Amino acid sequence: MISLEGTVSFWEYLGSRRERLWFETWQHASMVFQTVLAALVIGVLVGLLVYRSERLSALATSTAGVIFTVPSLALLGLLITPLGLGVAPSVVALTLYSLLPIVRNTVVGLSGVDRTLVDAARGIGMTRTAILLRVELPLAWPVILTGVRVSTQLAMGIGAIAAYVSGPGLGEQIFSGLARLGGANAINMTLAGTLGIVLLALIFDGCFVLIGRLTTPRGIRV
Amino acid sequence: MSDADPAPASGATSAASAAVTGDAAGADAARGNRGGIQLINVTKRYPGQSVPAVDDVTMTVPSGEIVVLLGPSGSGKTTMMRLINRLIEPTSGKIIVAGQDALGLNPVELRRHIGYVIQNAGLFPHMTVATNIGLVPQMLKWDKDRIAARVDELLELVDLDPATFRGRYPRELSGGQQQRVGVARALAADPPAMLMDEPFGAVDPITREHLQDSLLRLQEELGKTIVFVTHDIDEALKLGDRIAILDKGSRIAQYATPQEILLHPADDYVEQFIGGGQAMRLLKFSRVADVPLQQVPEARPEDDAAAVRDRIAAGSTAFAIVLDERRRPVRWIHPEDLDGVTGPIGTRGMPTATPIRARNTLQQALESLIQIDHETVPVVGPRGVYRGTVTLATLQNAIRDMKERTRARRRGADAT
Repeated sequence: MISLEGTVSFWEYLGSRRERLWFETWQHASMVFQTVLAALVIGVLVGLLVYRSERLSALATSTAGVIFTVPSLALLGLLITPLGLGVAPSVVALTLYSLLPIVRNTVVGLSGVDRTLVDAARGIGMTRTAILLRVELPLAWPVILTGVRVSTQLAMGIGAIAAYVSGPGLGEQIFSGLARLGGANAINMTLAGTLGIVLLALIFDGCFVLIGRLTTPRGIRV
Repeated sequence: MSDADPAPASGATSAASAAVTGDAAGADAARGNRGGIQLINVTKRYPGQSVPAVDDVTMTVPSGEIVVLLGPSGSGKTTMMRLINRLIEPTSGKIIVAGQDALGLNPVELRRHIGYVIQNAGLFPHMTVATNIGLVPQMLKWDKDRIAARVDELLELVDLDPATFRGRYPRELSGGQQQRVGVARALAADPPAMLMDEPFGAVDPITREHLQDSLLRLQEELGKTIVFVTHDIDEALKLGDRIAILDKGSRIAQYATPQEILLHPADDYVEQFIGGGQAMRLLKFSRVADVPLQQVPEARPEDDAAAVRDRIAAGSTAFAIVLDERRRPVRWIHPEDLDGVTGPIGTRGMPTATPIRARNTLQQALESLIQIDHETVPVVGPRGVYRGTVTLATLQNAIRDMKERTRARRRGADAT
C-alpha cells in the first residue's frame, strides 16, 4: 500500500493517511486514559490501605518501584504468554507502570495531611469514613493529581511500545517506520507517530491543569 | 445524649449558684451536675510503660465553670482532657459528662456534644469559614437554612462580621480570627461542655489578651462547662473559676480557686510552679468591683457651702466629692476651699483624676493611685456613675482580707 516510487512530503503523508492516523491517535488516547483511570483506582485503594503503616507504605512503594524497573519491552514480552497479543498485555503493562507514581503520591499526600487536622476532625465527632472523605482525601488530592499527571506522561511514552505486542495506538507508526528505515516514508511514519504522541501528551497535560484548578478548593490552591 | 441541650440561661444560673455557695460539689449535686464533668478513679496506662500517664484521677468540673488544667509539659494535662471526649480511651475508671456515662456512649456521638478547640484552631483549610463552623450541625442533620442562620449568629457572637467572613478560607484570616472561628465551630451545636487545648498558645500576646477577654465575655453569656488546658499560669489565673495544678502522672497537686492558690499554695510543688509575686498577681487578677470601696461625703455644685462643711465634719475623710447631675465625679472639695463662702459651692475645689472603672483590676487601680497627686481615686460603674473611692489603704486591706478569708475557710475545711 505504500508507494515505492518515492518519498512524499510529511504533510502529504499526513493527508493521505489521515483516517488511519486519526484512528490510531484515538486508540492511543483511549488506551492511556483507561489504563491511567484503572491505575488511579487501584493506586488510591492501595495507598489508602497502607498509608497508616510506615512498613506497609514502604512495601507498597518499593513493589511498585520494582515493577517500574522492569524494561517495558521485557514486561510486554513476558505478558504474551499468559495474555496473548493485542490489547490485553498492553493495557496490563501500562496499568502496572502507571501505578508507581500514583501509589507513591497517594501515600505521600495522605501521610502529609496535618495530624492536628485529623485530630480536630475526630474531636468534633467525624466518623472514620467522613474524616477520610471530607478531610484527608481532599487535602491529599493535589498531590495525588500530580501523581496521575506523571503517570499519564509515562503511559503516553510506554504506550508506543505496546505496538511490539500488536497493541493499539500510535506505536504502530513508529515501529513500522523504524522497521523499514531507509525505505520510503520511513521517516514520515516515525515522525507522525512521535509527534502524535507528543501532541497528545500536551493536550492531556493541559486537561490536568484544568482538572486541577476545578477540583482544588480555593483554600488550598497554591 | 437527648437532654444535652440545656438552655444557656440555666447554665448561667448554675454558675452563679456555684459561685455563691463556693462549694462546687454541693451546688452540683443539687442540680444533678447537668452540664458538668466528672472523672472518677480514671487511669490511663499505655502498653509497655510502667508509669501510668494518668494515675487514678478523681475530679469534678462543676457545671457552667471554667476549669483550667495547669501543668508543665509531661504532666498529662492534655491526656486528661482527651479522656473526657474519648480521643484517648481510659484504661479504667468512670467518666460522666452532662449526667451521662461517657464510656457507655458511642464516642462519635459523644464528641458531637462536646465542643473541641485546639491550638492553631485546627480549621480545615479546604473549607470556608461557614462550612467549618457548620460541620457539627451538618453531622447532626440540621437543615441548610438553620445551619446558615446558626453560622451567622455564631460569627457575630465571636465578633466577626458574617457577610465579610463566612465565605473566606482559613488562610485568609489572621491567627486571632482563626481562633475565633475555632471557638465558633466548637459552639455550633450549642454543646453543654467544651474542651480547649491550649487554644491561645500560638498567637501573639496582645491577640491572646483579646481572645481571653472575649472568652470571658462569651462565658458570661453562655455559661458552658469548660475544661481549658494551658501551661501559662497567668492565663490560668485570668480565665479559671478553678484551677487544677497537675504534677507528673496527672497527680492533682491542688484544685482550688485562683485566689486560694495564690494565697495558700498546697505544697512546695505548687508554690514553685506559680513562682513568686503572689501579691502582685492578686492585684492583677482581682477586680475593683470585688473589694469594699471607701465612701466619702458627696456634694452637688448647687449645695450650700455650710451644709457641705457639716457633711465633711461628720464624715471620716477630710474632704467631699462633688458629682454632676448624672452622678459623675467632678471635683474634690476640702473645708479650706469653703472658708468664708456662703451659698452654693459652685466650681470650687480641685478636679478629680480620671476615675477608674469597677471592672478594672486592682493592678490598674494601683497604677492610677501612684500616678496622681491626690491620695484618693474615684471609682465609677457603667456610664461613669460614681460608686466610691479607693486609696492605697483600700488595696492593702483588700489583700489582707482575702488572706484572712482563705485562712478561715481552710481552718473550717480542716475542722470538718
